[in-house]
Amino acid sequence: MLDEDVIRRTLGTALKRGGDFAEVFVEEKTSSSASLDDGRVEEVSSSRRRGVGIRVVVGETTGFAHTADLSEEGLRSAAEAAAGAAQGSAGVRDVGAFSRKTVEPTHEVRDYPESIDKEIKVEALRRADAAARAEGGAIAQVSASYADSRRRILVANSDGLIAGDEQIRTRFSVNAVATGDTGLQTGTESPGRTVGWELLEEFPPEQTAQIAARRALSKLEARPAPSGKWPVVLKKGAGGVLFHEACGHGLEADLVARDASIFKGRVGEQVASSLVTVVDDGRLAREWGAYGIDDEGAAAQRNVLIEDGVLTDYMWDLLRARKEGRKSTGNGRRETYMNLPMVRMTNTFLERGETDPEDIISATDYGIYCVALGGGQVNTATGDFVFGVTEAYLIENGVLTAPLRNAQLIGNGAEALRAIDLVGNDFDTWAGTCGKDGQGVPVSSGQPTLRVSELTVGGTGA
Amino acid sequence: MTSKRDLLVIAREIAGSARGSEQIEARVGRGRDTDVEVLRGSVESLTVAESEGVTIRVVVDGRQGVASAGSLDPEIVAATLEDARDNARFAEPDEFSGLATPAELGDASVPELDLWRDDLALIPTEEKVAMALELERAVLSANSLVRGVESSSYGDGANESALVTSTGIEAFHRRTTASLGASALAGPETDTQTGYGFSVGRTLSDLDLEYAANQAANRAVRLLGATQPKTQHIPVILDPLVTRTVLALVVSALGAESVQKGRSMFAGRLGEEIGSPIVNLIEDPTNPEAFGAAPFDSEGAPTRRVDLVTAGVLNGYLHNVTTARRGKTVTTGSALGSGVGARAAYLRPGPLSIEELFASVPHALYVQSVSGIHSGTSTVSGDFSVGAEGLMVRDGVFAEPVREATIASTLPRILLDIAQIGSDLTWLPGGGAGLTLLISDMMLSGS
Repeated sequence: MLDEDVIRRTLGTALKRGGDFAEVFVEEKTSSSASLDDGRVEEVSSSRRRGVGIRVVVGETTGFAHTADLSEEGLRSAAEAAAGAAQGSAGVRDVGAFSRKTVEPTHEVRDYPESIDKEIKVEALRRADAAARAEGGAIAQVSASYADSRRRILVANSDGLIAGDEQIRTRFSVNAVATGDTGLQTGTESPGRTVGWELLEEFPPEQTAQIAARRALSKLEARPAPSGKWPVVLKKGAGGVLFHEACGHGLEADLVARDASIFKGRVGEQVASSLVTVVDDGRLAREWGAYGIDDEGAAAQRNVLIEDGVLTDYMWDLLRARKEGRKSTGNGRRETYMNLPMVRMTNTFLERGETDPEDIISATDYGIYCVALGGGQVNTATGDFVFGVTEAYLIENGVLTAPLRNAQLIGNGAEALRAIDLVGNDFDTWAGTCGKDGQGVPVSSGQPTLRVSELTVGGTGA
Repeated sequence: MTSKRDLLVIAREIAGSARGSEQIEARVGRGRDTDVEVLRGSVESLTVAESEGVTIRVVVDGRQGVASAGSLDPEIVAATLEDARDNARFAEPDEFSGLATPAELGDASVPELDLWRDDLALIPTEEKVAMALELERAVLSANSLVRGVESSSYGDGANESALVTSTGIEAFHRRTTASLGASALAGPETDTQTGYGFSVGRTLSDLDLEYAANQAANRAVRLLGATQPKTQHIPVILDPLVTRTVLALVVSALGAESVQKGRSMFAGRLGEEIGSPIVNLIEDPTNPEAFGAAPFDSEGAPTRRVDLVTAGVLNGYLHNVTTARRGKTVTTGSALGSGVGARAAYLRPGPLSIEELFASVPHALYVQSVSGIHSGTSTVSGDFSVGAEGLMVRDGVFAEPVREATIASTLPRILLDIAQIGSDLTWLPGGGAGLTLLISDMMLSGS
């Protein structure tokens, strides 16, 4: 993407005023999307972005500048701006020869986004629209969209590292509105993978549309969730986001260093039920948060964070790791070349257990069965979380009964981890965008069907 | 960077390349940003950056294609225009789509809005760094129960943008912004609370450092020792930030696009009472105090004041050119991105000071912050059920803090249940204003 000699000279300029470390991050990203609404393909759009972020680290301080001008002149002026911001004090450092790091891809991408005709893509939207409307006359409105992207990155730093990666992602979303005696209700489904257009073989548009439409329809029949403290069974895949938010963030080394984590200083301690093993794995093939190298050039890897309930490690980026004299765990990510990297999750999940998921429901006299959660929020300093439930059912005498709406799960991440008393032998994941300090990155979260013995359910019912 | 050519010239060139029945809209922008993050007395990061970009919309026979790029390099701009043209081929025609024409914008004139401060460019970076460091110190010393500062930052930006269409619309605008923000950590590690404080303005000298520091410290400290409250029906007082969040939901359901597509709880309710009689909801991007202030919208239509709800009665919806054509009305200058949205919505302030508002109910829950807004609320169904933390209010003063609770009602119900509106109108970053609001009844769920 850039000539190695140019990169070396740019790193030299970045360190001209001194400094411990300098890095050049090149990113080129093209995206395309289309949206169908009200029965019509409304808009087809695309975007392209190409630029370089340059950082210089001097002691505790990072100077950062970025530019969309990839000429050597443009790079030099950005490198000077970064060096000026970091205000190094002494010395000139030579940047030696690069050693290129290569990382085996976790999987092959088959149908590159640009290789698929746009007509085929918009046709998939029409198929979704028809399938959602076919679910019944109560479906009053449908919107559908796809978004795909191809992101190429190149990272080179003053330690002599140079590495590149290509990340292809595709997502397909359907939102349906159902109308009935109780007013309007909505249902959404949006699968995403780090793959090309072959996503639609795993998740056909009709299937995604049906899930969204049925979710909206079931809410028409739903009654308000009962508020109180109840056992909560989270269906496979549905609850991973809860643990991502309420536990995962607290295991990010930068939040630990800022005293903003309940898990600070607790490595080696029992922090969860012994049934719980939590892993972050950037190499989980095809998953939404997968990549070859992170945005600092470190290879993605499998990191066990909690093993049989015991806290084993945090997630690290390059700078936090250097400070502790250890290696990055491949969790340094940034949204674009215009952002500084920080510790981020990839694909974060609870490992499967041994119980048949059917038995988890039948072992529950009264409780809530959550099939899909919406977004949520967490105070990482306390672990307190709140999650909206977008599809849920009442469990009565071990059997699923009435659909519920308006439920919220409220609790504390650490307490919820300790209260997990049944873990299923199934597994699924969920694709989402994780936001932190204003930067959004694609992540997935996953978990087997499991039961939390008691969680507060906020609802409007009695 | 490309040479500093005038943005209007670049936009005119793009729009001028329209051929045949093709319509082209070019939006180009350029900005310069500074960001300082400090931690424990030293600069953690300092970012100085320039950015530029272009978004091109092409409409051919009612088919719309859009393309954007993060560069004004002529070759990239040319490729982006071709992308937009190609995209347009695959969209489906809509008789109401198409760029605005000057005739459709009528007599509305572009408001004069001075949102630019020349002095921002002259402030040395050292002064900005010093301010972020001073903010961190001020948060730490604001209250003895503050044990740390999770983040303290200063940021500013200067942005220019131009919009030109092949139908004859031209607009240029520039603005500066500056902000300070800090997050305080209070209490022992077993019961940590965080509180955010900020100050925003058009340049550094507008910023109130003491206010931001005290706000961060107070918001963290007053929640220390919070416990889960009992489940109950209770009057609720919303913090200005929370009020803004709720208003944003209401206003998004007043966008004509969601109304016309059957996705709004307020569809078909024009002329009806949707709020209590004291509710006057106004969208006014022509107010220079609003951070979302803008002289024209994303289609180049002049912005204007829109009285959405007057004395509780729904007067109208927010329109762009497309929704106005479909609804046989005129645009309200509310095009936002490729849809419709508010930039500066607010409730007309009431007569009561915060103290008087607190004293107007024997007991209530003061909601300092809400969470789970995106999953717990729906502007389609009107559902409203969110996580809440705050304090109980008894006899007009703060009592015990609460956490791990939810509050629930419906958005239409909340509007009808507005019992008092504070006089403390505050313009907030991100657009819109907040004030303290008393809602006569909500369902509080806890233990």
